Amino acid sequence: MRAACIAFLLWASLASADEVISGYEFLTPETQALQDDDFANPGMLWVEEGGSLFAQQCADCHTQGSNGNLEGVAARYPAFDQDAQTLLNIEGRINRCREIHLQAEPLAYESKALLALSAYVANLSKGHAIDVDIDGAAQRYFTEGRDYFFRRKGQFNLACSQCHDDHWGRMLRGDRISQGHPNAFPGYRLEWQAMGSLHRRFQDCDAGIRAQPLALGSRRYRSLELYLAWRARGLIIEVPGVRR
Amino acid sequence: MPETAAIGEVFEVKVMIQHDMESGYRRGQYGERIPRNIIQHFRCRYLGEQVFASEFFPGVAANPYLSFLVRAQRSGEFVFEWEDQHGKVWRRTVGLAVQ
Amino acid sequence: MKRKHPTLSRRTAVRGAVAACLSGLVPISVWGSPEDADLAIAEHFGADKPVSNGRVTVKLPPISENGYSVPLEVLVKSPMNDTERVVQVAVFAEENPLAKIASYNFGKHSGPVHIQTRIRMGGSQRIRAVAELNDGSLWSGYAFSVVTLAACVL
Ligand code: HEC
Ligand code: HEC
Repeated sequence: MRAACIAFLLWASLASADEVISGYEFLTPETQALQDDDFANPGMLWVEEGGSLFAQQCADCHTQGSNGNLEGVAARYPAFDQDAQTLLNIEGRINRCREIHLQAEPLAYESKALLALSAYVANLSKGHAIDVDIDGAAQRYFTEGRDYFFRRKGQFNLACSQCHDDHWGRMLRGDRISQGHPNAFPGYRLEWQAMGSLHRRFQDCDAGIRAQPLALGSRRYRSLELYLAWRARGLIIEVPGVRR
Repeated sequence: MPETAAIGEVFEVKVMIQHDMESGYRRGQYGERIPRNIIQHFRCRYLGEQVFASEFFPGVAANPYLSFLVRAQRSGEFVFEWEDQHGKVWRRTVGLAVQ
Repeated sequence: MKRKHPTLSRRTAVRGAVAACLSGLVPISVWGSPEDADLAIAEHFGADKPVSNGRVTVKLPPISENGYSVPLEVLVKSPMNDTERVVQVAVFAEENPLAKIASYNFGKHSGPVHIQTRIRMGGSQRIRAVAELNDGSLWSGYAFSVVTLAACVL
């Protein structure tokens, strides 16, 4: 009797406070339908473009070969890279392959080509649960990202956590605040009228509280990305997501 | 769109192209007017005849999407064509087998 | 001092909403009206042609969370055979800076008229669709959508 009671209480608290809910659940049915239909989802234009770039530049090493196909890989990123001695997100990992395996210049963050390739690679993990490693060398990035998430900043003196932990579900200027998970990105935002990276989404949130946005691809944004991925662990990757 | 269809069958065709559809009503950071740059025409030919066509204005959303219905007659090619205001053309061809 | 609440005309309200947009892009304030849409319809199909209500169904979400990309559906009742068919459909927005959004032409192998697309809406408004049949008659229908975040950069 008592055990059943405790189990029930535990379950109830998990369901309310710790339930991880995708931003998808906060969209209108029209926007959800847009994401669900591969032939109508505008993000698929970038995925397709990425697919043809991949066939030209990457497929030699990354089909069934020894380096593996890349299915499910994006769910493990950001990850610490021993050779590069830094935390790489998918964009960084792609540029790393360009540098060391293709002897090519890195692609600019938010360039059409990098968005297309990262959307393609992340789309190969669509349906996979986010599962990042925060131990070992990744730990200090994780700590840095968590600190950034809880630090108050900007003219409005707000932290990410105040909106996305404490007030999700509430309305803000016609927008319903979600839990702020990264699983839709690179994603198509209607407001951008284009595909964009997770770091561009960070910049929009920082600008929204009148804080100075950090550089795309910067170490602190990569660290923040690691913290968000850990916070969203178990959530299914939706790339290309569609958001307002 | 499907690869095969029965004679007389009505099926849906969905098309989309990546394009900003810059409306010409926006101003940039320094107040300068961003010039209009849009796709103006979409055409779909089937069995050598135009089956569907559209003219776009700036009110069409970025990355224009269209869905319309076609009645299958005979096996043949579908030619999809988009043309921007400068006359640049993008073309895609897809075959349909009619049983 | 007691602050008085100024009465807003509809147009200033629209502009206010536009100015509140976050994107750093300053829009040019040119807005249409239902009369502009009437004019655009006359210009497109020819002046002095009567437009009847009916046959045309326009579908929009009642509330659009974003004016940059609003799903629009247009259906026209017609057998689409040799005796009676739809030749073209055009779509108009009453409040956009440019009323005409798009026009569509239907050829011999077209199926029933049911088009889906995505449009920009610079505020809450009516969207009208007008269909021309092969006998020259014009038919129209409309739908209204409340736009919570207008396409500030329309
Ligand atoms: C003032 C409230 C506020 C603050 C503070 C804020 N955000 Fe957001 N954030 C929003 C709103 C509103 C959205 C758009 C609606 C949504 O998806 O939540 C959003 C969206 C997001 C999304 C996309 C979620 C999705 O599924 O599309 C992420 C990721 C995100 N925020 C991360 C952050 C991070 C990281 C910070 C701190 C740097 C932050 N936000 C600070 C309000 C806020
Ligand atoms: C010459 C072979 C080669 C080419 C070309 C190449 N890669 Fe790689 N890639 C590798 C190898 C080897 C690894 C394993 C890590 C390492 O040694 O760098 C890897 C790792 C990766 C990973 C991480 C895999 C994981 O399990 O963590 C991704 C993602 C990736 N590559 C994407 C790309 C993309 C995108 C391109 C095209 C722009 C590309 N690669 C081109 C050889 C290549």
